[in-house]
Amino acid sequence: MSETYIARSPAIAARLLAGEMMVMNSADSTFFTLNEVATAIWQAADGSTPLDEIVREQVCGQFNVSLQQAQADAEQFVAELSTHGILLVSDHPLASEALL
Amino acid sequence: MSLMAEMGQKAFDLGVPVSVHMDVTYRCNERCVHCYLDHDDHGEMTTAEIKGVLHQLADAGVFFLTLSGGEPFMRRDFFELVEHACRLQFNVKVKTNGVMIHEAEAQKLRALGIHSVQISVYSHRPEVHDAITKLPHSFERTIRAVGFLRDQGLRVSIANVLMNANLSDHDGTQRLAAEMGVHYTLDPTITPMMDGSTSVLALRIPGEELEEIFRNPALVPNQEEFCAPPKQPTAGDLEGYSCSAGHSFCYISPYGDVFPCVQFPLPSGNLRQQTFRDIWNLSPQLQEVRSIQAKHLTVCSSCSHVGTCSRCPGLAYMEGSMRGPSTADCEKSFYRTGVPTANMLRQGLSKPRTVPLVQIRPLAASA
Repeated sequence: MSETYIARSPAIAARLLAGEMMVMNSADSTFFTLNEVATAIWQAADGSTPLDEIVREQVCGQFNVSLQQAQADAEQFVAELSTHGILLVSDHPLASEALL
Repeated sequence: MSLMAEMGQKAFDLGVPVSVHMDVTYRCNERCVHCYLDHDDHGEMTTAEIKGVLHQLADAGVFFLTLSGGEPFMRRDFFELVEHACRLQFNVKVKTNGVMIHEAEAQKLRALGIHSVQISVYSHRPEVHDAITKLPHSFERTIRAVGFLRDQGLRVSIANVLMNANLSDHDGTQRLAAEMGVHYTLDPTITPMMDGSTSVLALRIPGEELEEIFRNPALVPNQEEFCAPPKQPTAGDLEGYSCSAGHSFCYISPYGDVFPCVQFPLPSGNLRQQTFRDIWNLSPQLQEVRSIQAKHLTVCSSCSHVGTCSRCPGLAYMEGSMRGPSTADCEKSFYRTGVPTANMLRQGLSKPRTVPLVQIRPLAASA
């Protein structure tokens, strides 16, 4: 089974406000806030770390959640943000434009 | 409350500077009759300095970043600054006169991922617009830029400052914006020049004209609510604050001076001498601004409009005291509702009286 890689889209604005990540897509002004778990995935979305590893290290390692549940939640989150062009998803490593 | 408004309130409550307006230059290729700026360069921040400030702003939690001037495209490094800001994941808005924007510039702005562009347009009639900007053919060039930017799919808004010279043109300008498929905003505020000269205030529209504007359904859709007499102020109204200036918003000049707002010329620190975080957290001026609730206002705390007035603490400051009334806003409250303000009543006025404002010079300019 191939790996999934995720990277933050360069055409978005994002900032952490009191533990919640604010994200806005410049193209359509879609505005999201991400909870702590989603923020952890977002911050780890460097295009080179496989999603499985992000879930294991950043989600299960920091939050009290089973691997199976975390994996399912992460896949749903990634699918939703990729539909809005906020996360880029690929089966091979991606270059992430984000600096932060 | 929308999600964005919720986050704005959260930033306000926590004292996070979620929004910053930065003028990258005061130089300009237009010489607008109402402009308050000194267009000479008195030592603008360098490319490296601005990039450094942008990093500090990102670290401090700034999300919404407005880049303006002067005319920001007068800086040869402007695209480099915009690119840097976008890479730091700000939501970037650019305010410009558009004169230097052609198709290639519009494409570049789109590619960089900015959120929106606001362009100053004073009239739908070229001769009126050009007479205000004092730049021949500026209308033609500006409107062409609006088209280029819109065609790139960028969010464009036309900002129409209203003054005597274009008083009868706001309907036409609004129609022009609609025909071009862009947003339209109207602003009747004229402020004194940075050298202290108040000559530009003579360009202000007479207060009575505000009434017509407020009763124009094309400009104010929710007439009934907007023009309703003020309700009895509540205890909550008196605990409230005027606006986000100094709470979750601030202004940075091309010389690195920090102010509570672009319209609140209270020098609060300089980024060449202190870090942004130190200025934001420790500036006595910003702390004072943050301490003022409606109940502390010398006149407005007893005004029936206190809960609904658009009182600008910056204009009040320019009028003499940040705790005092802003007569320009008294005018708006009066002509909006027909109900006299406490400021009018204490002076025995049946109509608001325009008062002189003093524009304080920034730190670098006064040094």
